[in-house]
Order: sequence, then structure tokens, then C-alpha cells
Amino acid sequence: MRAFAELLDRLSLTASRNAKLTLVRDYLRQTPDPDRGWALAALTGDLSFDAAKPAFIRKAVEERMDAQLFWWSYDYVGDLAETVALVWPARPGANREPELSEVVDALRGASRAEVQRLIEGWLDALSPTGRWALLKLMTGGLRVGLTARLAKRAAAEMGPEPVPVAEVEELWHALHAPYEDLFAWLEGRGERPSSENPGRFRPAMLAQAIDEAVDFAKLDPADYAAEWKWDGIRVQAVNEGGMRRLYTRTGDDISKTFPDVVNALQAEGVIDGELLVMRDGQVASFADLQQRLNRKSVDAKLLAGFPAGVRAYDLLAEGAEDTRVLPFAERRRRLEAFVAKEASPRIDLSPMQPFESWPDLAALRADPPAGDPQIAEGLMLKRWDSIYEAGRPKGPWFKWKRDPFLIDAVLMYAQRGHGKRSSFYSDYTFGTWTLDEAGARVLTPVGKAYFGFTDEELKQIDKYVRDNTIERFGPVRSVRAEPHHGLVFEVAFEGLQRSTRHKSGVAMRFPRINRIRWDKPPGEADELATLEAMLARMEGR
Amino acid sequence: MTRPQDLLCPKPEGLYCAPGDFYIDPVRPVARAVITHGHADHARAGHGTVLATPETLDIMAERYGLGFAASTQAAAYGEASARDDVEVTLVPAGHVLGSAQAVVRWKGLTMVVSGDYKRRRDPTCPAFEPVPCDVFISEASFGLPVFRHPDDREEIARLLRSVAQFPERCHLVGAYALGKAQRIIRLLREAGWDAPIYVHGALERLNALYERHGIDLGPLASATAGKKADFEGQIVIAPPSATQDRWSRRFPDPVTAFASGWMQVRARARQRGVELPLVISDHADWDELTGTVDELRPGELWITHGREEALARWAQMHGVPARALALVGYEEEDDG
Repeated sequence: MRAFAELLDRLSLTASRNAKLTLVRDYLRQTPDPDRGWALAALTGDLSFDAAKPAFIRKAVEERMDAQLFWWSYDYVGDLAETVALVWPARPGANREPELSEVVDALRGASRAEVQRLIEGWLDALSPTGRWALLKLMTGGLRVGLTARLAKRAAAEMGPEPVPVAEVEELWHALHAPYEDLFAWLEGRGERPSSENPGRFRPAMLAQAIDEAVDFAKLDPADYAAEWKWDGIRVQAVNEGGMRRLYTRTGDDISKTFPDVVNALQAEGVIDGELLVMRDGQVASFADLQQRLNRKSVDAKLLAGFPAGVRAYDLLAEGAEDTRVLPFAERRRRLEAFVAKEASPRIDLSPMQPFESWPDLAALRADPPAGDPQIAEGLMLKRWDSIYEAGRPKGPWFKWKRDPFLIDAVLMYAQRGHGKRSSFYSDYTFGTWTLDEAGARVLTPVGKAYFGFTDEELKQIDKYVRDNTIERFGPVRSVRAEPHHGLVFEVAFEGLQRSTRHKSGVAMRFPRINRIRWDKPPGEADELATLEAMLARMEGR
Repeated sequence: MTRPQDLLCPKPEGLYCAPGDFYIDPVRPVARAVITHGHADHARAGHGTVLATPETLDIMAERYGLGFAASTQAAAYGEASARDDVEVTLVPAGHVLGSAQAVVRWKGLTMVVSGDYKRRRDPTCPAFEPVPCDVFISEASFGLPVFRHPDDREEIARLLRSVAQFPERCHLVGAYALGKAQRIIRLLREAGWDAPIYVHGALERLNALYERHGIDLGPLASATAGKKADFEGQIVIAPPSATQDRWSRRFPDPVTAFASGWMQVRARARQRGVELPLVISDHADWDELTGTVDELRPGELWITHGREEALARWAQMHGVPARALALVGYEEEDDG
């Protein structure tokens, strides 16, 4: 438990992706079975306990210590699990620190009454960090800033000969914690575990961003198919051996959140497509889809108000046949027949966009026809002869995003970054002009961005922030932002949504700093009204 | 009947002893001062006469220059000095080099001013000596049950594990310039780290002072010279403020560590951008604070600064009358 606790502790304060990878990989190398397997399951979100409910913990701690002292402590720390971990008045005794696997075994087997007694014993035996880790493990959702995919990648790279993460992902749903067969294979001590598991996730094929200046000259338009890149989330819909599943492109199982989509899957096979909210065959905005995402349970009202469906891009399996080895042209032909067979309004086809030349396609991208294409993020180019290959191979698939929206906004606040950037003010809140209640022209924040600039530009902005600070609030500085004195950013973003959480009433999708306008007087930056007009146009499509 | 408040009472300048006409750790210039230890918030320049341990006087001279007070009187640990008819004895507090408790005796009454103190072993200063007393005047910087400082050797072991795990990065350890930095260096030496330890310029004079007082710090090098790559796999020690400053950009992808009792609370570490919090404190934690009160069982407990209310409540629950003095001017942030 001690090594696992230290791992979680380090992960929770580490910003760098590479450093996280090192931490997890080293842990998996140094920790014996079955502990490391349980840890991996916890990190990938594949471990949960029903009998362990955190509510009794507070009661247990208050039975052991003065309620006022506990309250002052909680008030100071601000997080219940952390407070309990720190203040827990351990009863002295010959307690031995439990191993992670002991905890997992006991929690899986124990009744609720037993669990309370066990947990109190463990809390007595563990250090504060160990207690914190235990409480996080029990309550599920470690929230240490590690994606399941990164955990799997660390596993893929733990052995003497690293394997591609896609191989681990493909196996994943056929494996069971604590994954002793997986580790044996990765360490070269055993066979590759079988991936023949109906209903499993297949690692997704991703596209490279096209470099217009370089790539088009080398590509023959006749080799490529084009289709819209829809603005939802990429999913895999699986119906195999009676198992119906919906996965995100990283292999997270979201079937429970989308029963309407799962129930629509009739034909046996695996579709790669875009999850969208669709009303009468018309795609709704991403904001509508967000109403459905990240929910544990769904009710009838939500299902009726935000009906979801899949717009199909590709066919990865048909019946028992793995179609990924076939060329795209053949897969597409089969996909069209497959979607027709499904005959469900929730599953439709992403139509191909025929074109003769690259300029033709450029014209289509610049000016999408009315209707659904207005919501597309851009175009996808797929080689007709490409097989379906996990990962992001260079060449067979390209994405060609639409040009972003641009506005000029004024830097208002800057916040210190993390990790490598902790000595830099690297996270910027920017605003546009509006009129306040008294009719005065003021800036109102419209977004926050922390990338899009070079390291050299970061140094310059950092210096500007330090030289023009008005006030400091912990890690945040407010910066001079007046009509004739301030810094203007050209901000690029992918779309706008209405927001009740932001004072300005708008929220940007994927904002980043496109250009630093050292030359532009802040007074000439954009008005909030400009954004409102953009939003109205997007909604009125 | 001699009342404690006739011997010592809080004033805006600090704790005042009327019968001896002196202040303990005054925050403003006064005619006569007794100084418990060299941290800047306790030891200020500009007093008339200063009574302190030789080490503390040395530290003050190093920081403020030789003319930091009109006159000084050195009192070794255990050596009684008279201030009018009040007797003052300095006794080890275990906080930093030269740190002392002030034991004040008058007409059969004994009051002990702890200054800042800790109870655990510190290779850079003698251990706290408990003195039976009528009134114990304690600090309470970490006076909440959430503060339970772990064994410092385990914290150093975590640091060294991280150094081994990230050999291409530099470990930048924030540590208060007086006491904490030297203790970290000693602990690293005891853990077997023989390589040169790189230090920020602000630590150099105090490191040299510790060496003069017999604390062997091993090979030290300046962190200000050298190429980025020279610091890969190395340990650099700097004042906490420098670890986030532009100064830190000279190092290769540093793992920012911070050695402080405040690092026990995750949000504090996150707020400061600390990647590797080291819970190493020169102050007593909750168990040491309460354990000391329990050991001394003074007639009364007074609490100078920190989280007074929780320690006062604990003392009262355990039968020791307690009052908070709420003295101002003692910082709590960086010297944890």
C-alpha cells in the first residue's frame, strides 16, 4: 500500500505527461503481482467497491476526537478525505500496514458492517499518505490527473521490449484485474493473452493534421475519399456475440450513458462513427451533446430531449469477420449496406463528398452547404486503399480542419503555470469590451488560454505581465488593461456556446493564442457584441 | 502573591518583562531585548542591548552587520544572567542553530518562553530541554491536529528516490535560508548523498556560519554558475521564493520540491506549484505541542502565535488553563 500511496501522491502533483508515465511505469516494474495489477485497475477506473461508502468515516473520526478540533481541521484543509487522513487518531497496537491486494480482496468480499471495522483497522495502521490513498481508492475516482490511456501506455512500456499501446488497448476488455497474464506477456515470461473477447474495444485509427503547404503537392486527389468531420465525440459501437457496447475512442465504456444508442444496434458488427445529438436526422450543437456526456444515469426526459445517435464512418467488423484488414473502399461499401440493414434513425451514414481536385475540396471546406455541414469541424481525407490501422499513422488519413474563428481580445489576468512553466505566467484570461450598468466601456472576460505561443513569446509575455501587474492574488496577477495601455491577443477558437457560468454569457471551444498583437491599442480590440453576433449566426444555421 | 502577568505581559512590541525591563523577541526596536533565535521575525536589528546565545548573536551579525545593536551580551545555554532582580537562562529549543527557550525566574515564579521549538532530532542544533515551570509560553505555528510531521529521514529518502527516478532532471529544493537549508544538507549527507550540493547565493553566508560552528555540510557548489546540463541529476537548494522565480529557469526541467511543515496540506503544495512536497519542519507538530504541554503540566499555558485556539482548547480539555496572547508580527509562511 505504501508504494501505491506514494505513486498517487506523486501523480496528483505532477503536471508533465512524461513524468507521469515514468512514475507509473517504474511502479509497475518494481511492484509484485497482484498489487500492481490492482493498482493498474484503480488507475484505469476498472475497480470499484459497492460495500465501501465513505459516509461513516466522518462519524468514525468524530467518535475518536473532539468535534470542534475536527471542524477546525476540516475548515483549514478543505477536503474531507484529506482531513481525515491527516487527523486520524490512530489507536496504538501491533497493526501491520496492509498490502494493496489485501485491501482489495477484503473490500470485494466484505459486507458493509465488516468493511467499517476493516477500514478503521487499516486507518490505524497506515501513514497519512496511505490513509489518503485508501480513502481515494474506496470512494472511487482517484482524480490524480491520469487518463486510463496513459496508464495503459505505461503498462505497454514497462517490459524490456515495449509494445504499442494499441495492443494493450485491444486486449484490455478481454483482461481481468489483477492482469497477471498481461504482465507476464509484457515482461516476456508468457504468451500474449487472447483478445478474442466478444464486445471488446478496438484501438481507434486517428488522422494526421494536413500541412496544406507541403502535403497537397504530394497527394493525388484520386487516391482519397473525403467526408465531413462531425462535431461530436468519436465512438465505437459494438454488437458482437450478444454483447452491445459503446466506447469512446480511448476505450472508455459509455454504454450506460447512452442506452438509446446501444439499444438501436441490431446487426452484428462494429461501427466507428461520431456520437451526436440528432433530431429528425438533423445534427444538434455540441452543447446539446454535452447535456448527455459524463452522466452516470439518464432519465426519460433527458433521453427524449437530447436523442443521441451515431453517424457512421467505418466498419471494423461484420458478423465474426474482422474487416480492418480490408481497404477503405471495400469497408465503405460494406458499411453502406450495414447501415441500411440497421434501419434505425439513430444510426446513419456520414456521406462521402465527391471531388475532382484539391481546389474543389478547398471551396467546399471554405463554404459548407446549408444544413448539417455547417456544424462540421472540417474535412477528413482517407486513402481508398488504407487498411484500418490503430494509432495515428502518417499518410493514410488526414484531417483538414476549417479555419478557426478569430477575435482580438485584451489580456486581463495571468496565472502561473505548472511544472516546467512554474516560473512563468503562462495561463491568460482575456476579455472583450462591453458596456457596464452605468454605461461605461469595460472589459469582460471571455476566455482563458495557455498555449498557441512559442517559448520565446512566452518569455516576452511573462515579462510584460511582471512589468504591468496591478494586483496579485496568490498565483494570479491582474494586468493593466486600458484603452491605451495593455496587451492584445488574437485568439483563435473552434466555436462558441452560451454559458451561464461565465459572466459574459459565452464560452469558447478550444481557445488558443493565435498571434500577439504588440502593435494594437487595446481600445481597438473586439466588442463582446462581435462574439454574440457570431454565436447567433452559429445557432441560426 | 506573585502573578505571572506581573512578570511577563504582551505589548505591541512583544512580550514584556516589567521587573527586568526587557522584551523577548520584540518586533520593534527597544532598549533591552532577549532574542530566542535568529529568524528575521524574531531577531530584528536596532535594539539597545541584546541578550542571546553566542550562535544567535553571530547569526544576527552575519545578517545585519556588526552594529545590529548598541551592545550585546552572549549567554551560553544554561548560564543564568541577571536583568535587575529577574534571572534569565537560555535553554536549547531544538529549532535552529543557537535557538533557545528563555527561562525567566522572579520571586519563586518560573516562566518559560519556548520561542519556536521542535522536539525531534536535528543534526544542526542541540535538542529541546524541558524545564518545569509555572507558566509555559508556547508557539503554535502548527497547532492543528492535521499537522503530524513524518520522520524526516523518510522525506529525504523520497527525495533521493525521485532523484534516481528522474536522472535527466534537476531537483530544486526550496528551504528557508537559516536552519532548514543546513538541516536538509546534513540529512542528505546522513542518507549517503556525497555529491556536491548546489546552493543559491542567498544561502552561502549562513552555510559558512554553520560550518564555523562545527556543522559539516560536505562539498557545496554555487548554483549560479554552470551550464544547464551540469545540473542534471543534481540537487539544488534555494530559498522558497527563488524556486518559482525566473532564477529557476537555469535548471533542466526541475522537479520543484519544498521542505516545510505546510507541505502536509496538498492544497498548499498545489498552490505553490510544488511537485515534490517534503514535510520537514523546524516547528513542533501537533503531537509535539500537546506532548510538551502534557510532559510539563505547567500551571498555565500561554500561546504566543500560530493556531492558538485549537491548542488552547486541547489544553483546557486536558486540565491546563490556557490563554492566547495573539502576538502579531511573527510570520508563519516561509519558516515552517
